Amino acid sequence: MLTALLIMTGIAIVLGAALGYASIRFKVEGDPLVEKIDAILPQTQCGQCGYPGCKPYAQAISNGEADINQCPPGGEEGIRKLADLLGREVKPLSEEHGTEKPKSVARIDEQVCIGCTLCIQACPVDAIVGAAKQMHTVVAPLCTGCELCVAPCPVDCISMVPVAATVETWKWKYPVHELRSAA
Amino acid sequence: MINSPYIRKPASVQGVMLAVLTALVPAIVIYAWQIAAVVLVNLAIATIAALAGEALVLKLRGRPLAPALSDLSAVVTAWLLALCFPPILPWWATMLGVLIAIVAVKHLYGGLGQNPFNPAMVAYCAMIVAFPALMSQWPAAGQLDFATQLGLVLGGARELDAIASATALDTIKTGLRTAGATVQSIMSQGGNFGLVSGRGWEWLAPAYALGGLYLLARGIITWHMPAAFLGALAAISAAFWLADPTHYASPLFHLASGGAMLGAFFIVTDPVSGATTPRGKLIFAACIALVAYIIRTFGAFPEGVAFAVLLLNICVPLIDMNTQPRVFGYKGDKGDKAR
Amino acid sequence: MITRLFGFKGGVKPESHKNESSGTPILTAPLPKRLVIPLRQSIRSTARCLVEPGQKVLKGEHIGEGEGGLGTSVHASTSGTVVEIAPYPMAHASGLETLSVVIEPDGEDRWIDHTPLDLRTVSREEALAWLRGCGIVGMGGAGFPTHVKLGGGRGIDTLVINGAECEPWITCDDRLMRERAPEVLSGAMILRELIGAKQVRVGIEDNKPEAIAAMQAAASGLGDAIAVVPVPTLYPAGGEKQLIRVLTGVEIPQGKLGTDFGVQCFNVGTAHAVHRAIRFGEPLVSRVVTLTGNVARPGNYEVLLGTQVVELLELAGPKADTNRYIMGGPMMGTELQSLSVPVTKGTNCVISASPALFPPPPPELPCIRCGACARACPAELQPFELYWFSRAKNFGKAQEYHLFDCIECGSCAFVCPSRIPLVDYYRFAKGEIWARERERLASDQARDRFEFRNFRQEREKEEKAAKLAAKAAETRAKLAESGEAPAQPAEAEDPKKALVAAALARAKQQQAAVTPKNTDGLSADVQAEIADIDARREKLNQQDADKAP
Ligand code: SF4
Ligand code: SF4
Ligand code: SF4
Ligand code: SF4
Repeated sequence: MLTALLIMTGIAIVLGAALGYASIRFKVEGDPLVEKIDAILPQTQCGQCGYPGCKPYAQAISNGEADINQCPPGGEEGIRKLADLLGREVKPLSEEHGTEKPKSVARIDEQVCIGCTLCIQACPVDAIVGAAKQMHTVVAPLCTGCELCVAPCPVDCISMVPVAATVETWKWKYPVHELRSAA
Repeated sequence: MINSPYIRKPASVQGVMLAVLTALVPAIVIYAWQIAAVVLVNLAIATIAALAGEALVLKLRGRPLAPALSDLSAVVTAWLLALCFPPILPWWATMLGVLIAIVAVKHLYGGLGQNPFNPAMVAYCAMIVAFPALMSQWPAAGQLDFATQLGLVLGGARELDAIASATALDTIKTGLRTAGATVQSIMSQGGNFGLVSGRGWEWLAPAYALGGLYLLARGIITWHMPAAFLGALAAISAAFWLADPTHYASPLFHLASGGAMLGAFFIVTDPVSGATTPRGKLIFAACIALVAYIIRTFGAFPEGVAFAVLLLNICVPLIDMNTQPRVFGYKGDKGDKAR
Repeated sequence: MITRLFGFKGGVKPESHKNESSGTPILTAPLPKRLVIPLRQSIRSTARCLVEPGQKVLKGEHIGEGEGGLGTSVHASTSGTVVEIAPYPMAHASGLETLSVVIEPDGEDRWIDHTPLDLRTVSREEALAWLRGCGIVGMGGAGFPTHVKLGGGRGIDTLVINGAECEPWITCDDRLMRERAPEVLSGAMILRELIGAKQVRVGIEDNKPEAIAAMQAAASGLGDAIAVVPVPTLYPAGGEKQLIRVLTGVEIPQGKLGTDFGVQCFNVGTAHAVHRAIRFGEPLVSRVVTLTGNVARPGNYEVLLGTQVVELLELAGPKADTNRYIMGGPMMGTELQSLSVPVTKGTNCVISASPALFPPPPPELPCIRCGACARACPAELQPFELYWFSRAKNFGKAQEYHLFDCIECGSCAFVCPSRIPLVDYYRFAKGEIWARERERLASDQARDRFEFRNFRQEREKEEKAAKLAAKAAETRAKLAESGEAPAQPAEAEDPKKALVAAALARAKQQQAAVTPKNTDGLSADVQAEIADIDARREKLNQQDADKAP
């Protein structure tokens, strides 16, 4: 009996020591949490989460002030990744913050634009070019689809157009799994 | 839309399984003719149990029956079990074993291709643990006539000691416990020994090997596993035998006894639960042989292949992960190093 | 010359079905009613259009200018009128459309003036530019620009010419080698000169004895440097990496170029096109296409680029039970979603498929880990592991198991007893990984731009503040000078306030001084107009105030 106990204790000590050593030896020096969260957020900078951009939201999550389901552009997958990173439960997107939409980009109707520069000021990523009283236009590859420029436009000439698949962006679909369907 | 490739080799799971069944035929013939014809009845019982069990589970899981039943994988499991069990095992025990294999081991893990353990071997181990007495009653070759065999299988009264004798492996192991006994003395006194192993039983080994060669020729199994298994078994038994031939049986005895040949060609080669990389296969099969030898020779059970297989099944992911073959264009063993 | 052959692991042996179409000589397809020439020649680059609807063009005339490093020129394949520049479906698994130039042939098929290029008088760069201008790309299918491949390096050891044609059914390279061996070899010698290779090896699968004989006969006069080597028939021996391995023993890992290893590989069709481009100055406007499968008259045709498949099929006469059409071979080709897709530089074959010739795959079963796929994989991968990870969308793991080394040859799916469409999973996984990479780049860019904008706004604020402070100080100084002491010295602490106050004061003064007098004594309607404008201005100001709380 005593020997068994001793052996058990011995094993426990040895294993504990090994684990302790491993945790020190193989410690992962990672970026701070905010950076990691920010890397997952889609960087649309739309503010739908209730914070002025992705970084502030990341900060809020890491401070425990915000939940992980407030970013509509990130969608379900974003939430899943955040849940993975933070070891939390996956939950559906919170409805008050919006819904997941296909990626769109803003387009300015150049005939209507009066050149007021309001949209330039609204754009979080400087994707709109133009000058006072000049026609404005959106640099589509830079546009994140945040929709922040749509509301300020006094003549309502900005619309969001979904991005169409091109040969470069077209993807093969997930194969239909027709497992045993024929019987 | 269907994508390329648009042509396929006429290969099917059914074809693979059919080949395995075909490969078992020579051994079954020898078994029925030399040892106990009742094995044919057992095979039938096992087949029915397997198909019924599979159908039942598929129904419960809401899956279509036809493809799974016709892929014959359940039949292969059933036949392997029937050949592993003692031929005079009562019918309900055979059925129970088969149901354990199909329902618990195969389908609870998700069906064909998903089970991490070899179904037949789990069932065998479960039975040997649950019914140690029944599972160790092996008739000597030709000891009982067909009517007696059938009676025993169908549930006749069992006068155990009178009918049952131990297997060659068992005889040697228990025999050696008596002081002064040597392998030679045991083998020469008992009438149950043939040329190298159990009388009659020893002829099963070449029959299994014949089937195995057929599978090899068909490309259904690769040489790695049988070679590694038999090689390792021969090597370790030779080592002990050379060290002390009076207390350890010869390699030939080990290769011809118990489940060695069946294991080498039909059981360790089970693709679903085994290692898949070439080097992994060698390690996997060789380790099974070593563990099986140790259990056979020093353990409490007369035969160790089943336990060894299960033990190594657990190690498969580890083995596979660490034996990934070199990828085209990369130097060294693992492609990653070239990156 | 005795050549040592190397093998590659894996490979499969599908039924070759070459005899259907290899027996008859290459025929020239009649002029089609219209030509649809896509400006996009590859996934990677689109040419800039040089013509307008209504414009007359000659055969070989430049109609598209290649853009970017991977661009090549696009030419009119016959003389006629440009009727339209519009999106048309392209031969791509997506079935998407791409901008194309539609030409109505005038029936004369009149060539534009063209002259050969004398390689002795030009530099290597000029010769490569010439090939680019002639629109020469790889004709084996991928359509990689030849000048780019040649540009990679000089002074390599072996130039491999790929005449293996390992895909079943296709015979266009076979016929080309049988009928135009000297031209193909002439092209090979030009390529050799341009890339500075010591030796040339032409690999041909040994199921094409006639082609081998023709090529060997043609090569006999060219000296020792060129060897025509029969290679064992084993799919995919015609894969670039596999053929290089067989002929030279060199293995080129994914993502590396042949020239890094002293080898480079071109298709026989490409060699032929290079010969035409240099010796005659002809741009690439036609190619040999195999029409086969479930058709009445299988064979090979010299087809103008841009000919629509539907017109082409009339030549071969698909039988009644044809239910789909495959462009390329049955192992790696794609099913056509529209018959209006045109023949492009990479189109080697159109197969008419019937359920009898190409039965639909039986239902898929779970993987039994039998390893048949791993034994068939020429890239020496573990396809079932890739399948497992791709199916589970565990893309990181899939990449760790070398997903991107997969050449999508289809050998694994060909042998799989569970009939799993393995390659579909790999294509899916690769596409997802690429998409994610693009997304990551885009979001990194957005993050940078957002951060820069915040920084800029911050900076502008500071600059403004600094300017204001300077101006305030100046005003104060001025005021002090004019004798008017600042009303409240405390305000001096806040330069902005002081400035605003000063500006207000000034404005008041000004307003008092220049009250507009020109509105007096105007006609009634002018006055009304002014009132109107004032009202509008008022409203706009109101709106702005609302919008910017
Ligand atoms: S909701 Fe918009 S601003 Fe907030 S994290 Fe998501 S993308 Fe960034
Ligand atoms: S906000 Fe509207 S009107 Fe003003 S510049 Fe932008 S697009 Fe033009
Ligand atoms: S061939 Fe098919 S069943 Fe066999 S291991 Fe590969 S994927 Fe699995
Ligand atoms: S498709 Fe990819 S995984 Fe399959 S055999 Fe070809 S190279 Fe290997």
